[in-house]
Amino acid sequence: VDSGEWDMLIAHFLGVDHCGHKHGPDHPEMEKKLTQMNEMLRSLVDHLGNDTLLLVAGDHGMTETGDHGGESEKEVNAALFVYSRTPLFGTGPPEEPEAIPQVNLVPTVALLLGVPIPYSNIGEVMAELFSGDGDTVSAALQQLSVYHINAKQVDRFLQSYSLVAQDLPAEQLQRLQELFSGAVEEHTQLLDQVQGATLVPPELESRLGSLISRFQLYLREARAVCTQSWARFNSLRMVGGCTLIAASCLLCYMAAELAASSDSFYRSCLLYPLLWGLVVAVVFGLSHVFTQEGLDLLLVSSCAAAASQLGFFWHWWGRHPKRALLVGSQPPLASIGLRQRLRAWLGLAFPMGILLFRCGAMFSDSFVVAEARVAPFLLASLVLLLVGKLHWDGCLTVTEGPRQQVLGFSSYRREIWYLLCLVAMLLVCVRLSGFFHQCREEIPQCRPSLFLSPLASLRNTRAKNLFYLLCVALLAGLVYAVRSWLRHYGNLNSSDPLVLFVRWGFPLVVLCIACYWAVVSSAEDSLGKLQELVQVAVVAFPWAVYGLASMGLLLLLCNPMTVFAKDTRESAGSIVTPYLGVPSSEVDFLHVIPQIYKRMQESQKSRLERGSCRATIAAYGLGSVYSAALVIALTLLGFLLMLLHSERLSLAFLLLFLEAFVLLHIHTHARGLAGDAEPFSVPWYAVISWLLAASQFFYSTGHQPIFPAIHWNAAFVGFHLDHSTNLLPAVLVGANTFASHILFAVGCPLLLLWPFVCEVSSSQKKPKKEPREELQEVEEHMMEMRLRESPEKFSTALLQLGLKYLFVLGAQLLACVCAAMILRRHLMVWKVFAPKFLFESLGFVVSSICLLLGISLVMRVDCAVSTWFSQLQRR
Amino acid sequence: MKEVEVRRLFAANLFCVFSVILTAVVPTFLWDGFTVLGTHLAWLCICSVCVGTVNVILHLVLKPNRSPKRSSPAHKISRFLKCCIYFFMSCIVFHAIIVLYGAPLLGSVTETFLFSVLLSTFTTLQCLCMLGPNIQAWIRVFSKNGAMSIWESSLQITAVCSVLGAWFGAFPIPLDWDRPWQVWPISCSFGATFGYVAGLIIAPLWIHWNRKQLTYKSR
Repeated sequence: VDSGEWDMLIAHFLGVDHCGHKHGPDHPEMEKKLTQMNEMLRSLVDHLGNDTLLLVAGDHGMTETGDHGGESEKEVNAALFVYSRTPLFGTGPPEEPEAIPQVNLVPTVALLLGVPIPYSNIGEVMAELFSGDGDTVSAALQQLSVYHINAKQVDRFLQSYSLVAQDLPAEQLQRLQELFSGAVEEHTQLLDQVQGATLVPPELESRLGSLISRFQLYLREARAVCTQSWARFNSLRMVGGCTLIAASCLLCYMAAELAASSDSFYRSCLLYPLLWGLVVAVVFGLSHVFTQEGLDLLLVSSCAAAASQLGFFWHWWGRHPKRALLVGSQPPLASIGLRQRLRAWLGLAFPMGILLFRCGAMFSDSFVVAEARVAPFLLASLVLLLVGKLHWDGCLTVTEGPRQQVLGFSSYRREIWYLLCLVAMLLVCVRLSGFFHQCREEIPQCRPSLFLSPLASLRNTRAKNLFYLLCVALLAGLVYAVRSWLRHYGNLNSSDPLVLFVRWGFPLVVLCIACYWAVVSSAEDSLGKLQELVQVAVVAFPWAVYGLASMGLLLLLCNPMTVFAKDTRESAGSIVTPYLGVPSSEVDFLHVIPQIYKRMQESQKSRLERGSCRATIAAYGLGSVYSAALVIALTLLGFLLMLLHSERLSLAFLLLFLEAFVLLHIHTHARGLAGDAEPFSVPWYAVISWLLAASQFFYSTGHQPIFPAIHWNAAFVGFHLDHSTNLLPAVLVGANTFASHILFAVGCPLLLLWPFVCEVSSSQKKPKKEPREELQEVEEHMMEMRLRESPEKFSTALLQLGLKYLFVLGAQLLACVCAAMILRRHLMVWKVFAPKFLFESLGFVVSSICLLLGISLVMRVDCAVSTWFSQLQRR
Repeated sequence: MKEVEVRRLFAANLFCVFSVILTAVVPTFLWDGFTVLGTHLAWLCICSVCVGTVNVILHLVLKPNRSPKRSSPAHKISRFLKCCIYFFMSCIVFHAIIVLYGAPLLGSVTETFLFSVLLSTFTTLQCLCMLGPNIQAWIRVFSKNGAMSIWESSLQITAVCSVLGAWFGAFPIPLDWDRPWQVWPISCSFGATFGYVAGLIIAPLWIHWNRKQLTYKSR
């Protein structure tokens, strides 16, 4: 303070706050602390100059127990101590000081410092501090000018605010506007009169006083209008919304459990409730039309949802007694069922426990802040628990030989090493993905990952080139991996447009992305002459990628079959040319004899092989036709999303693909080892781990659920100038933000398909030695074609998977919503819980839509396969 | 017979619990400035060493498992060396797993390693004492119906409880309470220790309550 090299000093004493939290207001410790503060102030006061103003304010009070955050009198009131060496008040200080809102500090300090009042202020200046040291008239004039400035600022703010948001009631705004314009008019009049010196002091004083009170009235009313419409919670709607989400989660869970049980389930429990909801919506709409009231779309849709849920539960309840009766008639079966159910519940406990932890973490601001580390932790725990459980159940060991059985020793199966390697790989992926995190301002010592900044910001040319090459190599590697996967399963043999696209389009996309990155990351000045070319390239390359990717997706939709069919059925008899009369020349003989020989040879051959084979159609890649389509779609989406991120985040995307691949393999192997009897249902742990990975990679692609962390520059990939609409940039930024949600949701059906795809790798070697034709016969019923054997079960399984996914997503959303609702008076609600709630609900919407898209892609492939089969049969 | 065994187990476990408590109390008298929180690394070392020695001594005194068939000095030495190698390897494996779970990779390597030593003491060392350097036996013990005596059941319970405790110990780390015990790895090592102590106490009680259901395969 003594150095004098300052205009404004801000000191924050945390000790009082700490002490109050710990001991409460009436504790001896608190007294000690306050005495310390007093001494501190006393010593400070001695060092102040004559032109210094000291403001000491508490930002909140406390209850008897030392808590705050509520709205009780004791919590929201705090002391304000104003001190200055020059006297502030003309008369003595008021006996009973009035309480002023905290927001009044802002305009007061701003004007005292001689800076403009902040744009969004709605506070009122503290006039006493502006009286100066003149007589009453000049003091009042000064106060008036200060009030005028303040009122003008508030008016401007209200006007521009009402243009963008409609939540302030129009008639009140109108009233405020009138108040303001009236006061301003009088102000100008008065100033004119003062300059003309037509007023004598007593009248002038009274008019000044009345004008000041008019400005005061305006400012106070403006603040009242704002607080009334801003800090408002509709608790009925909040509770209703939470109930609706909770009921939806319950519905998803029950439907997922019931879906497999019976056939009439769909109609009674899903279709009818949907109709109920529609009916209720229509009734509401009609009633609104007749009563001519404004249609509240939110209310109507929630009522419709509630009605359809009630319908579901009613139908379910209607079916329930029948089942109970059935069970009751066979008591021994019931007890077995109970025990099995108990065991099933215990089996459920461990993935559900992890989900519970995840949901519980949403209720603590620290855990929401640290969620980037919580999700991987839980994922690693889930997978290790899975391995531990498999081991505990003895699925990993086999007893070898009688001697060892006697000794009680058992050794691991050979597959276990594969599983352990996969788990280790997953853990490494999870750990590595931690290097791509963005920072939140709540953790000051955190440094954002260096991979987040674009390559153009790198000074070191060598490092830049290296990173660039690495990124491009990774892209090429991804393409290579996808192609070799497809080739392995025989999906790359046909000459369909889609396969051709995979063969040639993928490298082209990579080339375009690489060129775009090169152009974007190159230094601005090095390409001085080519500036115009660069301008074109920056727009052209992303558009090429967009175009190619959408073309690929369209091809995928039109003809998703990646099957190469080889028809080996001979059209018997047609080989021999019809008899054309007596062979007249040697040439004819030469023509006919080989044909006869050929025919004889063929009949001989078919007689020899009759036992083992019927030559039919060899179809390559039929066993993995569903997953091939999904993998192609995922790769294309991955390219698009990588384009929207900064260059070095392609490493994170590669990790994402790798981790998803490893997760699928772990799921498949765990299933194989556990010897699951139910191949058509995806276990809960798989779904939960899939979603945990999704939220893990939300953070690992450099995002955080806060607004400053949004990658806004994604809106300008491929667009050099401003957008004309808001929709396109919203889509681009949304795709960037929810990249991992999109990828994992679209890939969700793979959880069902993967075990079938991997089936072949174990049994592939056997049939290979046998004749080719039989191989086809065997393979036709293998892998994913087993799904086609029972289409009913397949569709049920897809529905079940979708419902499970939605349940887990919904549980997370519910926890988020409940946290935001319950903790709405929390200190951190606007900083942590509300943004998290917004991001989570948007993520929920994006995930649900993408899940539906993924499932519909699988169903499209199913349709295509059906038509393919029927065409084959017709031939 | 069985009651006597359970009582012996209970006494041994109580002894272990006692030793854990002593490691926190005794050094404060001998060494000025020792606190479990302040000089946590020292406490980690002391606790690991003490629990390790107590375990080894108890094992030598009580001899819960059968003696190996061959007991030549050379065989004993090779067994001992093998045990040391296994212990060291388990420390490394624990260290790797902890790092994969999110512990700092380069910073505070000492803390992480000492914590993994503590975990190894609570889990691997017991296995080594009870079962010897025989991975197959370890695998058997840690599976359903794998325990063949109350000692092995106790081993199961304490080891699982220690690891679970360490896992739960990670939970308070992100909280913004600014407590001294939220620093890595204090809460985790506390969790592991509390888990270990809880396991030691729970194991005899659990065996006692379930003595009807527990039937061990004879060797």
